Amino acid sequence: MTSVAHSAGTAAQRPGPDTGTVRHGKMRGQGKEKVVAVAMFLPAAILILAFLIIPIILTFVLAFTNTRLVSPEPGTFIGLTNFENLFTDSTFWASLRNTIIFTIVIVPVQSAVALGVALLVNSKVRGTTFFRTIYFLPVVTSIIVVSMLWLFMYQKNGLINVLLAKIGIQGPDWLGDPHWALFAIIVMSIWQAMGFHMIVWLSGLQTIPGELYEAASLDGATRWQQFVNVTWPGLRSTRTFILITITIAAFGLFAQVNVMTQGGPLNATTTLVYQAVYSGFRQQQTGYAAAISMVFFVLVLIVTLIQNFLTRDKEARR
Amino acid sequence: MTAIEAAEGRIGVIDIDGKQTNRRRRRGGWAATVLLIVKILLALIFGLPLVFMIVSSFKPDLQIFADLGGPQAFLPVGDLTLDNYLGVFERVPFAQFLLNSILISVVTVGLGLIVNSMAAFAMSRMRLPGRRVILAVILATLIVPFEVMALPMLWWVNQLPYFDGSQFVQGWLDTYTVQIVPFIANAFSIFLFYQYFDSIPKELDEAARVDGAGWFRIYRQVIMPLAGPAVATAAILTFLPAWNQYLWPLMVTQSESVRPVMVGIDYFKQLNVSWGQIMAYATIITIPVLALFIAFQRAFVSSIASSGVKG
Repeated sequence: MTSVAHSAGTAAQRPGPDTGTVRHGKMRGQGKEKVVAVAMFLPAAILILAFLIIPIILTFVLAFTNTRLVSPEPGTFIGLTNFENLFTDSTFWASLRNTIIFTIVIVPVQSAVALGVALLVNSKVRGTTFFRTIYFLPVVTSIIVVSMLWLFMYQKNGLINVLLAKIGIQGPDWLGDPHWALFAIIVMSIWQAMGFHMIVWLSGLQTIPGELYEAASLDGATRWQQFVNVTWPGLRSTRTFILITITIAAFGLFAQVNVMTQGGPLNATTTLVYQAVYSGFRQQQTGYAAAISMVFFVLVLIVTLIQNFLTRDKEARR
Repeated sequence: MTAIEAAEGRIGVIDIDGKQTNRRRRRGGWAATVLLIVKILLALIFGLPLVFMIVSSFKPDLQIFADLGGPQAFLPVGDLTLDNYLGVFERVPFAQFLLNSILISVVTVGLGLIVNSMAAFAMSRMRLPGRRVILAVILATLIVPFEVMALPMLWWVNQLPYFDGSQFVQGWLDTYTVQIVPFIANAFSIFLFYQYFDSIPKELDEAARVDGAGWFRIYRQVIMPLAGPAVATAAILTFLPAWNQYLWPLMVTQSESVRPVMVGIDYFKQLNVSWGQIMAYATIITIPVLALFIAFQRAFVSSIASSGVKG
């Protein structure tokens, strides 16, 4: 590796015209081109290998060992013990349940809200830019800041309950009540991320040719019929993208929980990543954390495969 | 030059102003009014919490809670003070946190732009051996979220040798390096540049070749100057996560000298500070990003839009 990098480095530093006959020069040029290409790709290749591919492989290796984060003793192979412990741990099941509930609620609600808002601001009416900008502001605000802010607003005597009291509703202790804590985090997460998907929907809407709408209204289609027959089919690839990105992001729920509830009350908001961090970082049980990460990885894989299968199916039918 | 202009237009066609034609018939007055009311309500829902955060950062806690019941919760009225801001700088080395975050995100984005665009150039323009396999691997890794490998990677960086200036020691923990190096190469960024470079006509580099330019010079002086929109998109899409990093620095930093702002706020809150002070901290780390966003709104929005179109 190093010799290639070295020779390629010098080649890259001395760019110059090829000398010699045309044919000879061309062949030499091709050989040199490969060397330069490898040299230019090499930094990215090394970094991707070291910080993407190897960690992914390590997830699958460490999950079957009792490796500890800091330990003079190297970990040893312990077969499926981590998974046996995992599957008999009620906290793990709570984290899996919460992660799945969070995802199942977030995916349809957030994408539907974002689509609704995108349709609302997909016009050239005066002031539209202003509204889009406002809806987008939470996206550029860090999730940590948002979590702190909502932690404050969700206090028992905080802004939200005071406002609810004005219309005669007595709000619960949002984050302190096991029945409400996950719901509170869901609402806040949608508030924060909706603008991102609004923009993605908008860009999808703008790829639909205006003539299709004109043709549809000439045929006397109602607004709803236009949506069903023109807009919805036209958003197929946008839809796939949005579903996959929201799903994967939702599976990774961590920051909100860590800032707002630390998984409580009574494990009502703990998640897979929160548990992985708890065991792999706080308790230094790298092997056990890798096993949790593997479960997470399998979930992502299943969702992606299902999504691929569904889109392929649709394409075949067309 | 029209081909290049078209290529440039490829990323960045969608903007927040909604250039596309209004395809709806003009509505009756009442329908437009209802829609406007909905828009305003939504604007209140999405905008007011941020206003509340900023306004509260200038009030003592007693007044924040006294104001909750009315519109003054969202208005800079009453006993305004900068005490909360002073408190932030007094209780924690906030300036250090801020400096750390700026350094980490600027270096990550800067090195990332070079490394990723070079890799994409080799893939798009040159006979890179194994190009198809590499592209497939890069696309496959796009679906793997960082959280999946965060814990194995924590163990892994703790095994790597680290040169501390005089000798090699084991483990990268508690350094700038561990917060920067793993995030320089970015599969999405490579893919973005790759797609963009592919849209630039090959005749340009052939002409440069005939003029005797080497590959590296073509990359630097022909292709990169044309790749402005891709650079902007990649910079924005790597800056936001770098600035907002939380899970990783939470695990790999212990000293205040390398701690970034997002982990700092967590630590700050544990000191039993007032809500006003937390809102002040939150406001200072939000305003620069909001200002950048307002200034480069078109670039921000088209970056995000293009990330979706590619899917």
